[in-house]
Amino acid sequence: MALTEQELFHSLGKAFGPRIQLQTEFRGETTCTIAANDLRDITKFCRDELLFDYLIDITSIDNFGEDPRFEIIYHLYSLPHAVHLRLKLKISEDPGALDTVSDIWPTANWHEREIYDMMGLKFNGHPDLRRILMWDGYPFFPLRKDFPLEGLPSEMPDVAFTKVTPLEGGPFVTVPSTATSKDREPRARPPEL
Amino acid sequence: MGVFSGLDLLLPIACRAAGFCKDGSILRACAVALTLLMPETHATAYDSKVEGNVIFTRFDAALNWVRKNSLWPMPMGLACCAIELMAAAASRFDIARFGAEVMRFSPRQCDVMIVAGTVTYKMALAVKRIYEQMPEPKWVIAMGACASTGGMYRSYAVLQGIDQLLPVDVYISGCPPRPEALLAGLMKLQEKISGERSFRNQKPELAEKLEEALA
Repeated sequence: MALTEQELFHSLGKAFGPRIQLQTEFRGETTCTIAANDLRDITKFCRDELLFDYLIDITSIDNFGEDPRFEIIYHLYSLPHAVHLRLKLKISEDPGALDTVSDIWPTANWHEREIYDMMGLKFNGHPDLRRILMWDGYPFFPLRKDFPLEGLPSEMPDVAFTKVTPLEGGPFVTVPSTATSKDREPRARPPEL
Repeated sequence: MGVFSGLDLLLPIACRAAGFCKDGSILRACAVALTLLMPETHATAYDSKVEGNVIFTRFDAALNWVRKNSLWPMPMGLACCAIELMAAAASRFDIARFGAEVMRFSPRQCDVMIVAGTVTYKMALAVKRIYEQMPEPKWVIAMGACASTGGMYRSYAVLQGIDQLLPVDVYISGCPPRPEALLAGLMKLQEKISGERSFRNQKPELAEKLEEALA
């Protein structure tokens, strides 16, 4: 029997209480903020008890300059209940703080590899944490905010190389800050930023 | 096909028989007698026994004529340009009209690499390796904005033009170019090939030897 969103989140709140740090709703979709060390308990409960059987996506955000710096977001969907749930957690750069969910939802395997590749965050217990888009041995994490859009030169003989791209006045670049988008996204980022 | 196989046999013989002019310009003076294997039944000029059966031409012209009309592409389809490349091969545009329909995913029989799409750094050395596996003589067409300059991808991940790795003969603009543009590029390449000094480029030692013998 399909449960409503209210019933689902009520039972989630009942099971974990204050470990659900913040619960917000926006346009009919609920977002819960949790702590990194509660991740596995909560996601297991979500899958087994609340039947969130579909992990849509895992994304990561680099809030450069803040502490903790990174944010991971899990998008869950329950096919039996037709309900969305979003789990957010903040995490700092130090390794060992983040657990894998690839044994709970196998699809997380490649999502976590992509986050490792682009952001450099490592997942404890991941069975095969290799780069997925860039090649093994590429020395940078390109989606971090302190990585320049034009790239950095690198060289791996017989595998691949990269060069700095000429931006020639530049495409739109976002400068990380809380200013308005007009200030954050000048036509080109001045070289000193 | 008879013409081509006859040409293969006759060219070296004709080249030797024709002799070379005194100024050492071998290729310009090298007259090739090309016997067509088809019988000619009507008189086309002053001597019907010769005309129509024998053509005098330059060695380079004959060689280039063969080359430019059987350009077998190596389809290096990397992005959406490859869709237009496939359209160029299909019946509406029909690249076979230019003798360039033989697209196989092996570099060993190819004459021209059509780099169609975004060349990422991850793919760049693989493209270069495939180019190196192609036998000489070989040409490269950079199809579309990405292959020519990196296109809209001013990015850490994209090579800014395949000409940084390979010698490109023809650039085709467009994002992606229409099949007509590819065919126009192919015709440009054919023009370029027909002006090449193939014999001297391909066999410099032999050309030198012949020049010495004439001197």
